[in-house]
Amino acid sequence: MLRTIGRRLLLLIPTLFGLTVLLFFWVRALPGGPAAALLGERATPEAIERINEAYGFNRPLPEQYITWLGKLVQGDFGNSIETRRPVLEEFMNRFPATIELSVFALIIAVGIGVPLGYWAARNHGRWLDHLSVGASLLGITIPVFFLAFMLKWAFAVQLGWLPTTGRQDRGVDATHFTGFYVLDGVLTGEFDASWNAIVHLILPAVALATIPLAIIVRITRASVLEVVNADYVRTGRAKGVSKQIIRNRFVLRNAMLPVVTTIGLQTGLLISGAVLTETVFAFPGIGSFLANAIFARDFPVLQGFVLFIAVAYALINLLVDISYSIIDPRVRIQ
Amino acid sequence: MTLVLTGCVQSQRDDTDTGDGDSAAPSDVNSTFVFASSSDPSGLDPAFANDGETFRISRNIFEGLIGVEPGTADPAPLLAEDWTTTEDGLSTTFNLKSDVTFHDGTPFDAEAVCTNFERWFNWTGIAATESLSYYYGALYHGFAGDEDALYESCSADDELTATVTLTRPFSGFIPSLSLPAFAMQSPTAMEEFGADDVGGSAEAPEYSEYAEAHPVGTGPFTFDSWSPGESVVLQAYPDYWGEQGQVQEVVFRVIDDPTARRQALEAGDVDGYDLVAPADTAALEEAGFNVMQRDPFTILYLAFNQQVEELQDPLVREAISHAIDRDALITQVLPEGTEPATQFIPDVVNGYNEDVTTYDYDPERARELLAEAGYEDGLELTFNYPVNISRPYMPNPEEIFVALSGQLEEVGITVNPVSNEWVDYLDLIQGSADHGIHLLGWTGDYNDTDNFVGVFFGSQGNEWGFDNPELFQALAEARELPDFEEAGARYQEINEQIAQFIPGVPLAHPAPSLAFNERVISYPASPVNDEVYNMIELSE
Repeated sequence: MLRTIGRRLLLLIPTLFGLTVLLFFWVRALPGGPAAALLGERATPEAIERINEAYGFNRPLPEQYITWLGKLVQGDFGNSIETRRPVLEEFMNRFPATIELSVFALIIAVGIGVPLGYWAARNHGRWLDHLSVGASLLGITIPVFFLAFMLKWAFAVQLGWLPTTGRQDRGVDATHFTGFYVLDGVLTGEFDASWNAIVHLILPAVALATIPLAIIVRITRASVLEVVNADYVRTGRAKGVSKQIIRNRFVLRNAMLPVVTTIGLQTGLLISGAVLTETVFAFPGIGSFLANAIFARDFPVLQGFVLFIAVAYALINLLVDISYSIIDPRVRIQ
Repeated sequence: MTLVLTGCVQSQRDDTDTGDGDSAAPSDVNSTFVFASSSDPSGLDPAFANDGETFRISRNIFEGLIGVEPGTADPAPLLAEDWTTTEDGLSTTFNLKSDVTFHDGTPFDAEAVCTNFERWFNWTGIAATESLSYYYGALYHGFAGDEDALYESCSADDELTATVTLTRPFSGFIPSLSLPAFAMQSPTAMEEFGADDVGGSAEAPEYSEYAEAHPVGTGPFTFDSWSPGESVVLQAYPDYWGEQGQVQEVVFRVIDDPTARRQALEAGDVDGYDLVAPADTAALEEAGFNVMQRDPFTILYLAFNQQVEELQDPLVREAISHAIDRDALITQVLPEGTEPATQFIPDVVNGYNEDVTTYDYDPERARELLAEAGYEDGLELTFNYPVNISRPYMPNPEEIFVALSGQLEEVGITVNPVSNEWVDYLDLIQGSADHGIHLLGWTGDYNDTDNFVGVFFGSQGNEWGFDNPELFQALAEARELPDFEEAGARYQEINEQIAQFIPGVPLAHPAPSLAFNERVISYPASPVNDEVYNMIELSE
């Protein structure tokens, strides 16, 4: 097991190396550069030239790439052109917010999606089943930003139950040290602060969870339907195995494999979904920062952030693979 | 469940409201003013900034020698009570306001003035490039050691008298000092927190501690905190020399998305926001919000790229000018308060020419001129415009494009639309010759003619694609005329010269809109965004 993990981590190195090449040249191929973004209407070709010169953006691309890579292996990801702060620092300051949001979204997606999918499968062909299939289709097709604005309009603007934007109200007594506001409040006993952070998380997390939730419902339903009709389930029933054992050990456990894969994939996608959701809710995570970096052509931020996200994504997938071998002994033997 | 939740959020909001109790404001007024800004400031040191969101904050912390007459774009005394310029236009002596202190207790005096001027002039390396000191570099033509540099010296004649000497006259000198980039900053704080220590390497500059967390000026508000991505908070400065006002705490909340800003206002999470979309103003007003327009200090134009062969023909340029119906454009898609433009400067700017040649809407004449130019069977032109961007002079480029292209089609011009995202667009217009007629414009920084026409037509560039040495020369000379009247007369001639040449169509002077919660009774809306929040009046 450990050897497998070790091998997977080693494999990550060439993958990331390949990614740096792609990433670097992709980012540099974007039309317009940071200088044009920085100066706006005030740009003159001379000014752009001077800025590019100062930042080294006018040197040959391979040379720039090697300089970047050289610093990268020493842990230096450069500085944001917009904020002038180190890219790593910017990422570390914002990543907890995105993780917190993603975890909440995931809890909603899995917590509702798996039971709903199971329930739909058990009521196969009845109106409840049709309803959940129809609703999940709607969930997949509705654009996240549209949903986000509608949720806000209803629950924040019209009803006033929830805040429109932000992570925590000012004026709430809150000590921050982990960067996870909900956790901070729990650890310090400032439960008001935790609650306030949760209140701010509800709408963005629901918006972010919608698509994964809908997908999880569909996959769970299909997977359960398949397993329920499998021979070993029929055999189990014929042998008089109790209903509970059939459900938990025969059906759910086997039906979970594709579901776990989906959850793993969706977790990675949550990060890209966060780009939109965070922007709409002015939620200070990596998503909104990355969106700005694209508009500002902030090369070091784009390169650094995408790389970090790739690492996070790879690690999540590794976790998913490990969880396979826990759920399915057959994978372990292989 | 939801009820409990409501109660909780509500009570926390109330806590925030009454949190800072020791205010001079009437006790029944919530003295915290929350404004939704569209991004973080680029830093807290305005001398190293050129963007509106940074300046919005700077104007509350800092003051310059020169201010702005409220509600206008005209220079007015601020930290300098008055000033005299020598006949040759080279030396200006400023008499400074007495009993003014910086937020850190440092007295504001002539030494402080000279420290600031010397600081700007002596920047080197990355600090002396447009990525940081855009305004100083552009207006003062460089730094110590640059042959062309405009600044010569500053002397503290006595405690409250400072003289600044230039190497040659610059007609925009006084008005430009109202820019936050040239605000007075505390010499003590700049020294203590290493304001000029732009750290990191040349390729990766880092802001100084000063620009990150310790800006110190003389303005009505002191810096409190900055949580990147979330907010910047200011507190009232109790020893402010001027009127303190009602607002005791200012919160600039970062909300990138325009629709999210509107929703935050509607939900009561913020008190106001800027650049309201024209499509939103009516609905907001109906719902009881206060929508205000700044007096326009902007210009939106349709530019001709003369690298395109057809556009080299003056007849074609004139024809297009006659094809444009400004009034229809304004009523259809531009905000209330927008004025039609006859030239490339707003009417409050020195050198505005009342009698300039105009090309009024006359589709018949446009068709005649096109026929005369040999395009009786129609003319095909590329029309470039940006998407997903809102500028003070161009709140909705997509709609402007639709309105204008309809008018052009009307006279037989076939339009090939090419749209780009903002940065790509700028790159295409400013960095290449690969564009046709296109939309762009400008928001004036301060009341100086050169800041408009000098920027557009002062030298050969990709945007307009023409070479007109006569015009370049005239602008270069006008810039150095020390006498205001004389400069005005000269610029009137230049505006006529431009009108004859028809480099593009000056379309309109759009008025940027702001929206506020109804508790905001008055807000010092300023054409040049000189909005200081001690002037805000709140009712509750």
